[in-house]
Amino acid sequence: MAKAITQKTTAWEDISASVANFRLAALLGWQDVAQRYRRSSVGAFWLTINMGVLIGALGLVFGTIFNTPMSEFLPFICIGLIMWGYFSSLVSEGCGSFISNSDTMLQLPIPFFTYILRTWWRNTIILAHNMVIFPIVLLIFGKFVNINALLVIPGFALVSLNFLWIMIVLAVLCTRYRDLTQIVQNIMQVGMYVTPIMWMPANLPGGARSELMLKLNPLYHLLSVVRDPLLGSTGTPLNWLVSIAMAIVGWTVALLFLNRFRARITYWL
Amino acid sequence: MTSMHLENVTVDFPIYNTKSRSLKNQVMSLATGGTIGSNPEGHVVIRGLENVSLSLKEGERLGLIGHNGSGKTTLLRVMSGVYYPSGGSIAINGKCTSLINISLGIDAEATGRENIGIRGALLGFSKRELAARQVEIEEFSELGNFLDMPVRTYSTGMQLRLAFSISTVIQPEILIMDEWLATGDEGFQTKANERLHDLVNKTKILIIASHSKDLLLKNCTRIVWLEHGKVRMDGDAETVANAYFGHQ
Repeated sequence: MAKAITQKTTAWEDISASVANFRLAALLGWQDVAQRYRRSSVGAFWLTINMGVLIGALGLVFGTIFNTPMSEFLPFICIGLIMWGYFSSLVSEGCGSFISNSDTMLQLPIPFFTYILRTWWRNTIILAHNMVIFPIVLLIFGKFVNINALLVIPGFALVSLNFLWIMIVLAVLCTRYRDLTQIVQNIMQVGMYVTPIMWMPANLPGGARSELMLKLNPLYHLLSVVRDPLLGSTGTPLNWLVSIAMAIVGWTVALLFLNRFRARITYWL
Repeated sequence: MTSMHLENVTVDFPIYNTKSRSLKNQVMSLATGGTIGSNPEGHVVIRGLENVSLSLKEGERLGLIGHNGSGKTTLLRVMSGVYYPSGGSIAINGKCTSLINISLGIDAEATGRENIGIRGALLGFSKRELAARQVEIEEFSELGNFLDMPVRTYSTGMQLRLAFSISTVIQPEILIMDEWLATGDEGFQTKANERLHDLVNKTKILIIASHSKDLLLKNCTRIVWLEHGKVRMDGDAETVANAYFGHQ
């Protein structure tokens, strides 16, 4: 709010100003989590408890159906469900990032990407709470992560980069077209079954059709660069390649898109 | 040098009713190929401001008057950088802060002290700047031990005290206000008025929208009268105020 506004703020200026003042987004995001659980004794760990129950139940059911040993299946479904929960709330809350901040947006000229970062940070905090379950599952089966687990750091960075651009595009579109949120939520719901979360890629019958179903699914690649390292492997080169390519192409598109429509967003609120 | 220039600023609000706002309808209309609606994109447009040109120099105190719906709030939003004009251009030189709704961002479940942090960050304070002013804010609010209590336990007056105390520690070069902020019980009101006068005197450009003649004459050197989104009259405070309040 300090500089001269002689022309339209470009998307690049918006994003770099938001990142430079990440403290604001982090504070607001933290506040969102704190606000929801302020009056409960275990706080945000309620989410962890819910997630733990879900993982236990679904793990037992699907592990039995697919006849996979629990020591292999439970860690797999554990990360799958936790990460999917993260993906789907990023996407669906991303849609409403501007709408839910309309009061602030109509009064203070805070760069818009701040609100996207707020949604991302809030969900990342929740993710961190849920991740507590994973070491517990490992302990139960006496397993440990190996050196490949370090790959989770670039993996998570790639996931975040990808979802941030997706959220920018969705937030702009959903502010203009309000019913798009419903469509997006539908897609994510279907995505949960198409993506190997409750079934393992090894459960696929094989053949070209299974291959295609897996490899054409961008969410599978994004999930793999986080899940595989934590389960001891590295993820396929294709997983990494697709994730990197999506981040580059996606950010280019998102920047152009935000640049084109940025000045209109407050009018759509 | 602090200044603000508006040149032929026009603001058009597209009105999307549920009909044109839904993607389904846009797709459907592609399929049926009809042209419903009068303008090219098929939605109603409301003109909030039309060809507003204004130039503000350092030291100017501008008052905005006009009936409800005349475009005062829209103009304030353009000036605070929230709306980018759909036509014309604007140049703002200087750190600009708007005090339109001082309770914005107050979280009822958080304590008074936490709220100082949130609201302060929203207003653009860095952590260090805010820490330096923390004591001042706390003392000014006179909330004492209540600062450690959730804001939902406050009375309305106490909440306003808190919001006022945080919002007025800013030192903007351009200050934008919608009506005079005076709040609280009698004792606090005097103090709040003093603080606000102090703030107003320190800012280089003041822009205030108000319906009160006394207030405008007391604080402004220049008044712009808006009508239907256009400038109907622009001149020294006395002349415009007399014309406007006489015409009512």
